[in-house]
Amino acid sequence: MANLLALVHNEMVKVWKKRRFAVIVLILLILIPVFVYAQMKISQNSQEKFKGDWRAELQTRITDNSRSLGSDRIPEEWKQWRRALVQQLQYYLDHDINPNTPDAVSFTRGFMDNAVTMFIPLMVLAIASDLVSGERSSGTIKMLLTRPVRRWRILLSKLIALTLYVSLIIVTTTALCYLISGLVFGYKGWGAPIFVGFQVSGSNVETASVHAISQAIYLLMQLGLIWFASMTVAILALMVSVLVRSTAASFVTMMAAIIAGAILTNMASSWHSAKYLFNVNLQLTTYLQGTPPPIEGMTLGFSLAVLGVWALAGLVVAFGVFTKQDILH
Amino acid sequence: MASAQEKERGTVLSVQGLKKKIGRKWIIQDVSFEVNVGEIFGFLGPNGSGKTTTIRMLTSLIKPTEGRILVCGEDVARHPEQALRHIGSIVENPELYEFMTGWENLAHFARMQAGIAEARIAEVVDIVGMAGRIHDKVKTYSLGMRQRLGIAQALLGKPKLLILDEPTNGLDPLGIKELRAFIRRLAGEGLSLFISSHLLSEIQLMCERVAIIAHGKVIAVGEVNALVSQAETYTLWQLDRPAEGRAQLAADDAVRIVGDDDHRIEESILAGLPDAIVSVTDETAIPGIVANLVSAGIGVKAVQRVSPSLEDLFLGLTEGEGIG
Repeated sequence: MANLLALVHNEMVKVWKKRRFAVIVLILLILIPVFVYAQMKISQNSQEKFKGDWRAELQTRITDNSRSLGSDRIPEEWKQWRRALVQQLQYYLDHDINPNTPDAVSFTRGFMDNAVTMFIPLMVLAIASDLVSGERSSGTIKMLLTRPVRRWRILLSKLIALTLYVSLIIVTTTALCYLISGLVFGYKGWGAPIFVGFQVSGSNVETASVHAISQAIYLLMQLGLIWFASMTVAILALMVSVLVRSTAASFVTMMAAIIAGAILTNMASSWHSAKYLFNVNLQLTTYLQGTPPPIEGMTLGFSLAVLGVWALAGLVVAFGVFTKQDILH
Repeated sequence: MASAQEKERGTVLSVQGLKKKIGRKWIIQDVSFEVNVGEIFGFLGPNGSGKTTTIRMLTSLIKPTEGRILVCGEDVARHPEQALRHIGSIVENPELYEFMTGWENLAHFARMQAGIAEARIAEVVDIVGMAGRIHDKVKTYSLGMRQRLGIAQALLGKPKLLILDEPTNGLDPLGIKELRAFIRRLAGEGLSLFISSHLLSEIQLMCERVAIIAHGKVIAVGEVNALVSQAETYTLWQLDRPAEGRAQLAADDAVRIVGDDDHRIEESILAGLPDAIVSVTDETAIPGIVANLVSAGIGVKAVQRVSPSLEDLFLGLTEGEGIG
């Protein structure tokens, strides 16, 4: 009876030797500088326009957004979102705090916000989709399952290895983001204040429970939420990997679900039951920002519960099938 | 006498009334046999007869619908951890992790079983004679080397039973010869081997006892030579004047000429023997027949005996049902 640690060691080694993680780091090293450059251009533009006066810049954004609220051509959901934004920006202006300080931490925060729905799930799938189907398509599963180890222990070791890699992906993305953007924006901003606790109710933003926290704390909370969303994606991908024999099919299935979620998030505000789908609940960080959720009635607790139930169901199916299925081919 | 001897040697694998239903079809209908300690046991059957399915059940890749498999007394379905510890196996092709080296593969599988130290890995590498290439990636290995690495992997846990599924598939003649010698050496050291094949000659060369499977049923279990003798052995005649010779042979009571469509000798054997006359001939009568041929002025170029093919054996065992 081999101990679990040795099995986890095996799974970690296999993912590593397949250079899956190396590819992820390579993609990050190419993509992050692209976004840093784009952000730099934006900063330079506003620098020219407002001569470094962030209050004037903020005031312009508030005026622009408020003006568009009067237009008939803009759909009601967008107006709601903009109304909330205007109230938030006004709150920052009133308290004399710059919501977008030009530093590496702000950039990282913004990047992670945008990465949670597509980019991070993509990287998670690069590892998770291959875990079981890879062994099946290469035939190595026959060697793996004829050893004196119970099947649930083998799948558990894969799950633990996957959890470690998901954590590693999130930490690495954050670290690379900070290190690369710091070259341009400077390595400061950990202590800069940011407001949390905006409550969106209808078209109104409640500011009663708003309080300031440092960007460092904010980033930490953000990473926790991203980790939770990523683990849900990872577990569901592991389940699909158990059910589908080919890695390509397993990857495409999950990617389709993720993309469908991103599209639904933008158009499903009138289809209320869509909020029970896991893929429209991935953007947990919106609750931190205090922007309106994609579908009315969604809260942080609700999204966490939905993701938790999906992940749990995924685990039950994955373990149930893996421990019983006949390896025929 | 045989059974007393078997009891003394002990049973390493006991398969009892194995059945498997996939969908609505019974893929395996009735498979029972026992493998004794230290013997090379053959598992013979044509492709599609249920050999691999049976092996997958022996190694817990598939759960039997009915029946029991005991390895050293442990039930594979109920206590896989205890039972599988005694088995080393290669199911179909030796598929290992191509992106890792041979050594890394062995280290991987060593970690899956308690008590396999690095010294044991070095030992099995030595046994299969791979020390020179063991630190190269598996994707650079030839099939023969993968086969050896697969066997090394199977031997890691010092199993009592080694299961090899069609081990000579895809190997060149030299590789096959080496493999046979290797298998005999392992058996000499007290290991039991279970070897499947669809070639009777293969099983004849390697195994002492055999179970023959067709259509998901074991139709015979026993000593290889005893089973083979149930089917007719052919005698091939090569004469310098085939037409006249054929006529004279046909006239002899001890000779029964077999028509081209009625025998099932493997084509590869006949290809090297042009104009050979296939017959079933009483062995004791052969010297006399040769003398008669020579005195009639017919030169005898060669007389040889050819073992029956698997197909002949099936006909003998099932009385005409064939492999179909």
